[in-house]
This record gives sequence, structure tokens and C-alpha cells, in this order.
Amino acid sequence: MSAQAANLGAPPAPPPAAGPEAPRRRRNRLPYLLLAPALLWLIVFFVVPIFTSVSASVQEGSLDNGYTLTWRWANFSDGWAQYHMQFGRSFLYAFLCTIFCLLLGYPLAYFIAFKGGRWKTLLMALVIVPSFTSFLIRTIAWKTILSDNGIVVHVLNDLHITDLTSAIGFTVGDHVLASPAAVVCGMVYNFLPFTVLPLYTSLEKIDPRLHEAGTDLYCSPWSTWRRVTLPLSMPGLVGGTLLTFIPAVGDYVNAQLLGNPNTVVIGQSIEHEFLQDSTGYPIASALSVLLMAVTLIIVLLYVRKAGTEDLL
Amino acid sequence: MAALTSTAPARSGSSAGTGAGKAAARRRGPIEWVRAHVLATTAVLVFVFLLAPNAVMLVMSFNAPIGKYNYIWHQFSTDAWRHPCQVGDICQHMGLSLEIGVVAMIGSTVLGTMAAFAMSRHRFRARTGVNLLLFLPMAAPEIIMGATLLTLFYSTIGSGSLGFWTITVGHVMFCLSYVVVTVKSRLAGMDPMLEKAAQDLYATPRQTFMKVTLPLVAPGIAAAALLAFALSIDDYIVTAYTKGNEVTFPVYVYGAVQRSVPTQIDVIGSMMLLVSMAGIAGMLVVGRLRTRRR
Repeated sequence: MSAQAANLGAPPAPPPAAGPEAPRRRRNRLPYLLLAPALLWLIVFFVVPIFTSVSASVQEGSLDNGYTLTWRWANFSDGWAQYHMQFGRSFLYAFLCTIFCLLLGYPLAYFIAFKGGRWKTLLMALVIVPSFTSFLIRTIAWKTILSDNGIVVHVLNDLHITDLTSAIGFTVGDHVLASPAAVVCGMVYNFLPFTVLPLYTSLEKIDPRLHEAGTDLYCSPWSTWRRVTLPLSMPGLVGGTLLTFIPAVGDYVNAQLLGNPNTVVIGQSIEHEFLQDSTGYPIASALSVLLMAVTLIIVLLYVRKAGTEDLL
Repeated sequence: MAALTSTAPARSGSSAGTGAGKAAARRRGPIEWVRAHVLATTAVLVFVFLLAPNAVMLVMSFNAPIGKYNYIWHQFSTDAWRHPCQVGDICQHMGLSLEIGVVAMIGSTVLGTMAAFAMSRHRFRARTGVNLLLFLPMAAPEIIMGATLLTLFYSTIGSGSLGFWTITVGHVMFCLSYVVVTVKSRLAGMDPMLEKAAQDLYATPRQTFMKVTLPLVAPGIAAAALLAFALSIDDYIVTAYTKGNEVTFPVYVYGAVQRSVPTQIDVIGSMMLLVSMAGIAGMLVVGRLRTRRR
């Protein structure tokens, strides 16, 4: 009886030792039966498509005549030659987005975790509640907020911040809309909850008494944070940056809605090649395979550097 | 500890950086005091940043715009709220999104819950590999999932068959992992002693599952289902690739930016927001009542 119960416990449960023969054999097959539908679904609609995509990326042809596999690797070089700027922009914007999300998200998660008191749940709900309406409508709302007659642009103009950002090419003249700044702003807005949630989860686990211990040991608040809090919140930080960076690389909604023709990112190019251009199917596949590969390499390098393998 | 920090913001105003001597007399140093305020201010500003678009959406749903784009405030009007379906097929698009959302929610919740039970209750070979496979869709950029799915559909059923079911298939695929994670975390947080107790009291495995395990996991499953539903009705990118000629609400909104943005879009967005806020508030109240009763 107790062996059976232990088998129901948390992951590091001991292997089923004693017990009646029949239920044990059934239990051994049960996990596979439970898993089979979900795994099959993911294999057919997630793994297989990646392979068809790789195959499509070396095909040739047109929508009317069909496509044939000709191992045309030139699709990759053509795609790169035509769209390397868009690639660069995607990664630049995603990088900036991740940095800003951390700068805004860490203080927020820290505040909620340590100063939230009994309002913690409500404050976290406030972080999530915006996401319960269409993100497209909320992104379009930034067109109102950042419009030329709006308060935000007036204040930025009066403080001459737009002069500064225009000088480095992030805004255009006195306007904020239809500029890289607007695109990054929209991305930061859309992905901030993805940074805050994992950060909050790992900050919330930290015992506040560790801060007192730091103070007792003559640590300044800053070095308490740097030597105690930050290392303990590393899993959340790595998770949060990944959950922000990865979708941000592929995002093109913000660039489409808040950008201009000079902020076109790779997602828009892929969509254009796939859906508007009848001969673009192999190029579009090559572009998405390339995007996938580069993102994967960056993520693997980052995870190795950050040294958190127990993310999965 | 909590009482001490929560009163700290209330003491503000009286002393800025100059009141250092006074502040040092307290247990916490002046730097800590300043930091607490910097932190609170930052948090408030970030909340403003996060919530401003929702406020704008609510306000703009009462706007009577000049021209086709509801971007600039002009005049108060409740027209759009009284006739939310007046523009094009906007409500049909919302209806389609809701239909897909419900089907995708049911599909992904059933498959995901089963997988979550297998993952957290059983040890078997290839656990790590399965874990990775379940995790990957969450880590993949949406455009990759959309684009690769499109190549699959192109090369198997052809571009003519894209529609309701291809959209739903894609949605179930990317919702699955979120369901598994949500249900799994609920299972992991469960006290295994409760099931042990049920078995000590001579409950059969079936009874234990139906009367103890399932009721305890139910909130996790419900949360997972809601999450899947929310992810599905709000999805644009994967839908854009699998939709064929169908137009869901997000697809309509995305296209509207090129044609015209009617006030009704903000109205429907506001309705979604109000419904989910009421839902969250209801769940919090119910949860509080339950803990109080105990």
C-alpha cells in the first residue's frame, strides 16, 4: 500500500517495488497512453512542420506549377542578400526590448515580491489583467498615446529628448510614432509581463530575512542586492529574458502597427514572401529556417553563459 | 516586516535626502529609505505604462472620431456601445474567434491535462526528451510555428483547405504546453499525504482519483483552460498563416489598421477586458471566502 502511495508522489519517487502484479503492469503502460495524444499532436504539428519547412527551403518552383525539391541552397543566400537588414533589425529590436523589459520589470517584480505585503496577488493580477484584452487593440492604443498632439510627445519635445533620440536615428524629427522608438516601446509594453512573471516567481521565493542578515553583516542595501538577491533571482532573470527575447525576435506586429517602412523586421518579410508573393514560398521557408537557427544558437549560448541548466 | 515596509511610503514628504540624521536614527538607514521610495515610484510608473493602453482603449470606446481612424479624441458618444456590431462583420469575426477559442481550449486542456498527469505522476523512459518536446513550443517564436505549419499544410492538404480546422489545430498545438505547465505546477504543489490518507482509508485508486486528486487539481485545470482560451482568441501570428480565407477578430483588427479603425474595435476590446476583470475579481472573492470558511 505504501509503495503504491509513494509512486503517486512528487517526481523523485522511488520506483514501484512491491505491490500487486496486475495494477503495476497497467500503471507502467498508463503514462504512455496518457502522453500519446499530446505527443502525437506536437510531433505532427510542431516537429514535422519544421522538417517540411527545411525541405521547402531548398525547393524551387511556383504556386501554379508546384514545387520540386532541387536542393537549391541559393534560397538561403538569396534570402540573406535581400533581407539581412531586416534580420539585423529584428535582433537589435529584440535585444533592446529585452534590456528595457529588465530595467522596468526587475524593479516592479522586486517591489511586488518584497513590498507588496497583502496586496501581492492584486498587484500581480494588475500585471496580467491588461493581457486579457486583445493585444492588437492595446498596441493600436499606443498610436493615440504617442500621437503628435499627445502629452507624451509634448513633454519629450519640451525636454528636447526627441532631439537626442532623433540624432541617433531612433525617432524621426519631433514625432515618436512611426519610428524605431515606437516599435521598441510597443514591444517592451507587450512583452513586459513575460519578464515580470518569472522574475516575480523567483524573487517571491527569497526569504526576506536574508536581507536582514545582509544588513546585520554590514552589507549596504546595494551589495545585499548584488550578492544575495540577484544571484538568488538568476533563474527568474534568465527565464524572463528568454521568454521576452525569443518571441520578440519573431514579433512583427509592433513593427507593422507602430513602425515605418524603415523599421521592417524579418517577420514582415517572411509574411510578405509567404502570403503576398506567389514565388516566395521557398525563400520564405529559408528565411524562417535561418531565423530559427540563429535564435536557437543565441539562446543556447546565452543559457550556457548564464549557467542555468535546470530551466526546463 | 510587512507592517514596517507598508508604513514606509506613508512617512514620505516630511524628509527628503536632507533628513538623513533623523532617518539614521531609525533601524533602517537613509539609503534604504530613499531606495524604498525610488522603488515604489518606479513600480507606480511601470504600472502606468502597463495600464495606460487599457485606459486609452476604454476612453476611446466613447469617442466619435473625425474620419475613419479612431486615434484622436474628438467628442463623447455612446453610439459605438449601443451598436457594437454595426461595422462590417465585426461580430461574426468575434464569433469565429470565440468558436475557435472554445474548441482549442477543450482540445488543449484534455490533451495537456493527460500529459501533465503522466509527467508528474509517473516515471518512464525518455522523460527528458518528452519534457523538452513539451517545452519547445513555448520557446519557439510564433512566426516559426505559423510559417512551418503553413508549409506542412501546403505540402499535404494544399492551400485551398485552410480554414477553421487548420487554425484550431495550430491553436491547440501552441496552447498545449501552457496547459501542461499550469496543471503540472498545481500537481506538484499538492500535498501527496492527502492521497496517501485516502488510500489508508481504503479508497480504491479510482475513488482516490475522483474524490481527492481531481477536486484538488480542478482549479489548476480551470486556470489552464482559461489561459488556453485567452491565448487562442488573442492569437494573430499563427492564425495569419493558417487562416486561409477565414477572418478571426485579431486578423480583422490587424487588417483594420490599413483600412479604417472604427470605435467598435475599442468597444469589443473593452467588453473583453471588463468580462475578464470581473472573472478575476470573482475568483479572488470566492478564494477569499473559501479560506475564511476554513
